[in-house]
Amino acid sequence: MKKKVLLMGKSGSGKTSMRSIIFANYIARDTRRLGATIDVEHSHVRFLGNLVLNLWDCGGQEAFMENYFASQRDNIFRNVEVLIYVFDVESRELEKDMHYYQSCLEAILQNSPEAKVFCLIHKMDLVQDDQREIIFHERQEDLKRLSKPLDCTCFATSIWDETLYKAWSSIVYQLIPNVQQLEENLSKFAEILDADEVLLFEKATFLVISYCERVQHRDVHRFEKISNIIKQFKLSCSKIGASFESMEVRNSAFAAFIEMFTPNMVVMVVMSDTSIPSAATQLNIKNARKHFEKLESLVTPHRGMGSNTR
Amino acid sequence: MSFEDDPTGTYVGSFPKGFGYGPEETEIEGATNPGEEKPRILLMGLRRSGKSSIQKVVFHKVSPNETLFLESTNKIVKDDISNSSFVQFQIWDIPGQIDFFDAAFDSEDIFGGCGALIFVIDAQDDYMEALSRLQMVVTRAHKINENIKFEVFIHKVDGLSDDNKIETQRDILQRATDELADAGMDNIRLSFHLTSIYDHSIFEAFSKVVQKLIPQLAILENLLDIVISNSKIEKAFLFDVVSKIYIATDSSPVDMQCYELCCDMIDVVIDMSCIYGARDDGAFDNESAAFIKLNSSTVLFLREVNRHLALLCILREDGCENRGIIEYNFKCFRSAIQEVFVARNKQANKSTGHPQMDHLVNGQIDGTLDSGISSQSNGMLGAAGGHSFLNGSVRRADDDDDDD
Repeated sequence: MKKKVLLMGKSGSGKTSMRSIIFANYIARDTRRLGATIDVEHSHVRFLGNLVLNLWDCGGQEAFMENYFASQRDNIFRNVEVLIYVFDVESRELEKDMHYYQSCLEAILQNSPEAKVFCLIHKMDLVQDDQREIIFHERQEDLKRLSKPLDCTCFATSIWDETLYKAWSSIVYQLIPNVQQLEENLSKFAEILDADEVLLFEKATFLVISYCERVQHRDVHRFEKISNIIKQFKLSCSKIGASFESMEVRNSAFAAFIEMFTPNMVVMVVMSDTSIPSAATQLNIKNARKHFEKLESLVTPHRGMGSNTR
Repeated sequence: MSFEDDPTGTYVGSFPKGFGYGPEETEIEGATNPGEEKPRILLMGLRRSGKSSIQKVVFHKVSPNETLFLESTNKIVKDDISNSSFVQFQIWDIPGQIDFFDAAFDSEDIFGGCGALIFVIDAQDDYMEALSRLQMVVTRAHKINENIKFEVFIHKVDGLSDDNKIETQRDILQRATDELADAGMDNIRLSFHLTSIYDHSIFEAFSKVVQKLIPQLAILENLLDIVISNSKIEKAFLFDVVSKIYIATDSSPVDMQCYELCCDMIDVVIDMSCIYGARDDGAFDNESAAFIKLNSSTVLFLREVNRHLALLCILREDGCENRGIIEYNFKCFRSAIQEVFVARNKQANKSTGHPQMDHLVNGQIDGTLDSGISSQSNGMLGAAGGHSFLNGSVRRADDDDDDD
């Protein structure tokens, strides 16, 4: 299943950087080495096995932009499933940015009216802490107003913290066809395990694709932090030519298990009852594997989960 | 190799800087003469050689990139690092531009109680001035306290190519020792380390410096050797969790990459614990443990030893079939370590009766400490032997080992 994703925004707003971080395992500071994107760079990202994201990274220099809206209009804006428009929060040419954004929406409306639109207010790290919320809300309101009749979802992002993961997780989430089914099963699984929460990560990007929270947690950004932590560790492992298969971390208050789950998903189980032996949880995870493999293949009809030990 | 190629190790995201270790134990020495008997580490070097950055990165979890914004140090900064009862030392960050021979600069006091002197040389700069300064400092310090260990950090080597690094090290070593020989001081030993804050080399170098200052190092190493030989472990490190310095390791050679992986594992464990298991008194507690299985049939294993120390082991997958045995052996190890502590604290209390003596006969105290510890620990090791570390399936079944 192929999905065309347009990545647009003015030159230097950070489109290629974020693409590299999310899909090519770059770390934030390595993105300084990236040059400007010339015209359109196409890339295919295999996500969850059979979901292929066809990313069109559109260079944002004015000459290219004009071109997109004129001679390449049909080519670019046809069959778009998702438009991701990136705004540099520090941009001094707000008017112009908005103008291009609107031209873009116009073209989308003509060629792919069903497309989902996401706006990322990017480089938020450059804004003072206490100003971030205010500025984001201002921009969000402007954008929502300008986007009509289309609906847009806004995120405040920065490559230097977890907000970028959060935004992309939510975007990708909307592209997964059977995600509700996955979620239902996950919550059943969590119940059987007696877990506080269970998370599913996509294996290559470590984006969170589904989760079940049974005990409320105070940190709303924790998933993205975990993604970051694990991705960092994956890189460390790759330096010695290894990759990690499973991980168990505990102290007196919690036990967390991260395991390769299905060919394209990684599961994380968090338990607060530390008296449950690790082996029991691990066995449960092992037994659920088959079921989720079936789910992942997107074609199998829903079935109950009978084979768990607890 | 530039640091840009090193994608890990330097990551500091939005995680809390304090890492949830809870309140520092400042009252350890409360009853005795505070500060005096801690081994003191002096950090010296020309200005802008990177002293403050080193200190910030190693002991205060500052990301290497952030050190660009550090201002130059104008006065002596004394930093007490008492996060671990093993690593009770002070770092004196002495600014490069101070004149040592200023009357106001009490070199007796500075060098007197000092365990190690780290001299930082910027390898990317012309180091001739630094070398003459090094010689001056070394001679001066040696006169006052001949037990100081001299450590030269050839720093900022991230900017040099591999060949260049070796060449620079050789050159500096040659010149420094020649100069000392010319001055008739060839009895002084200098140790050299290639370091950079952008990878783990600075932690490794600090580990070696600190290890020289730990009187009970031999005992710790011995203990680690016993544990690994009885538990089919390949390599074991005793880490100070906060600084990621290893206090001791077994006698097999240290592979830099293994060490780095262990450092990164500590980060993972602490970061995850901060998210899911943080309470008022910190995220690292007496049940902190982690198992990481790699596809190369290697297992990384972490266990808390005490509030500040963790044991990290690298073992083959077939070696950890029975976690129970490892667990049992670990418990033996932990109680042995605690006995070393008790012995040490007793000695510490004795030695501090004479604050004056401390900086005069630093070496001698080390000596008594050492012998005291070893007599104590002989008993302890015997006891550990008595518990007998489990090996395979049968107690003390070394002979049967070949059969399975």
